[in-house]
Amino acid sequence: MSTTSAEESKAKGAIAAEREALEEGHLLPQANRDDEYGERHVYLPHKVGLPPMGHYLDLVWKRREFALELSRTTMRAKHFDTAFGQLWLLLNPLLLGLVYFLLVDLIRHHPRPLSFFAHLLGGLFLYQVLQTAATEGSNSVVRGGGLILNTAFPRTLLPLASVATSFKRFVPTMIIFFIIHFAAGGGLALEMLWGFPIVVMVTVFSAGVAMFCGAAQVYFRDLSSFLPYLLRIWMYISPILYYWKDVPAHIRHWLLLNPMSSMLASWSQVLNQEKAPDPNLMLIGTAWAIFALIAGALFFISRERDFAVRI
Amino acid sequence: MQSVSSPSIKVDNVSITYRTAYEKIPTLRTTLLRLGRREKLVREIEAVKDVSFAVEKGTVLGVVGANGAGKSTLVRTIAGILPPTEGRVEVLGRVSTLLALGVGFNRELSGRENVILGGLAAGLHKEELEEKYDEIVDFAELGEFMDLPMRAYSSGMYGRLAFSVAIHMDPDILLIDEALSVGDAKFRRKSFQRMRDLCAEDRTIVLVSHAFGSIRDLCHQAVWMNKGHMEMWGEANQVVDAYRDFLGVNEDRTDKEDL
Repeated sequence: MSTTSAEESKAKGAIAAEREALEEGHLLPQANRDDEYGERHVYLPHKVGLPPMGHYLDLVWKRREFALELSRTTMRAKHFDTAFGQLWLLLNPLLLGLVYFLLVDLIRHHPRPLSFFAHLLGGLFLYQVLQTAATEGSNSVVRGGGLILNTAFPRTLLPLASVATSFKRFVPTMIIFFIIHFAAGGGLALEMLWGFPIVVMVTVFSAGVAMFCGAAQVYFRDLSSFLPYLLRIWMYISPILYYWKDVPAHIRHWLLLNPMSSMLASWSQVLNQEKAPDPNLMLIGTAWAIFALIAGALFFISRERDFAVRI
Repeated sequence: MQSVSSPSIKVDNVSITYRTAYEKIPTLRTTLLRLGRREKLVREIEAVKDVSFAVEKGTVLGVVGANGAGKSTLVRTIAGILPPTEGRVEVLGRVSTLLALGVGFNRELSGRENVILGGLAAGLHKEELEEKYDEIVDFAELGEFMDLPMRAYSSGMYGRLAFSVAIHMDPDILLIDEALSVGDAKFRRKSFQRMRDLCAEDRTIVLVSHAFGSIRDLCHQAVWMNKGHMEMWGEANQVVDAYRDFLGVNEDRTDKEDL
């Protein structure tokens, strides 16, 4: 079974060539080239680095059912599919909003109108998309340990399932928002449709953050214990407890470094002032969302093959 | 040993080295403290060193060796879970794994939910899973337990479900890691029969086991791993004989313990 060094180096050359072909996408590892077998897998050395992305994304898309089912099961495990569970999903953010409203109202000494409460709730609910995705996402990989050790599948599905959960928890809260919005004398306007791209923006941004947190948690298990504090601070520097227009101009450009500022400012313009959002804010928000998604995904995917030995 | 058909698993000069931390749970706090002290608590483990073999279609390959010999790492690499550090692994066909942890994805979830999630992660579609679901439950003989959280399962039930899921995934290649010791004698006999059936259908099985009896009974070929090296690759009985002589144990006694 011994091979001469010449043969060995030849074999290594062949491996390198195949690897190149794989990376350039000429040779798909799972291409149905063999009639007898449906699948062909080739595993080559790689430590930290990216797999062929086209193939990877294809695998993610093929197993989207898994992410959706995982999210559904997680919701069910927390009894969010029962009547009281649903009620709690509505009550919890409402009570939280009430706490913050009382807090900022007491500090100001001047009572605020109900329309401010509507602004606060809208911002808080949208912020919770990020908050839930980051919290759940950070635990997703470590919690999925058994599955990671046993099955080969694209690990990005785990944090993406957390984003799906977080989005599903957000949707019903909009009912509460609109009740308060109408009670405060707000109406409906065509401009409010701008809300949809903003929700997409925040969800995409949250997906990037969730993937980053999920991978980081594997290396630093205490991340989840100080994440709540980071997220609380992040909320305070986002225009939720105050209007964006009340922020003094010299602080404003600093606050714009916070990706959530542009998104939440646009959100409030659209939903509470019922007007089209500031195009600059929308552009900044879109850029942040795309940047977060790509950076988070690249970080996660380049690390994910290391997870099986780290968990 | 080589036949004309192409092998369904080909392992060429594979070495697997991984870095692992000494600390059980890595945290940012300990990392920062360590930075202050300029310590590095990372150890490289050479689990598998330059191993090459091939498994023909329809063959059962046994893998024997002491604890820590690299058996599980090797099987994980064939499953595509751990990347090789050097060399190349080629696998033809759908792989189903039954590794040491079984289906236990989340013990708080019910058996049903674990089966569905595990199957979806393995790449099956929901319709396929729903079709096979009753068969899986019947084979595992778990009927009314499927809706209980898995933390209520006994280890035998756990193992039975894991085995049942793995063989019902319609695998071309089945990888089994030390999972046959669970279950009672009746279930063992049933699972042995099932594996022979799979073989007759030209499926390939890789079986990691400490039970000499299982290896002799089921396997055509065997690989003996010793401290990361492949000590021997050949006909199952010969490999088990050599390994037994190496260990210097009485086979009869160990076999009874397995049962």
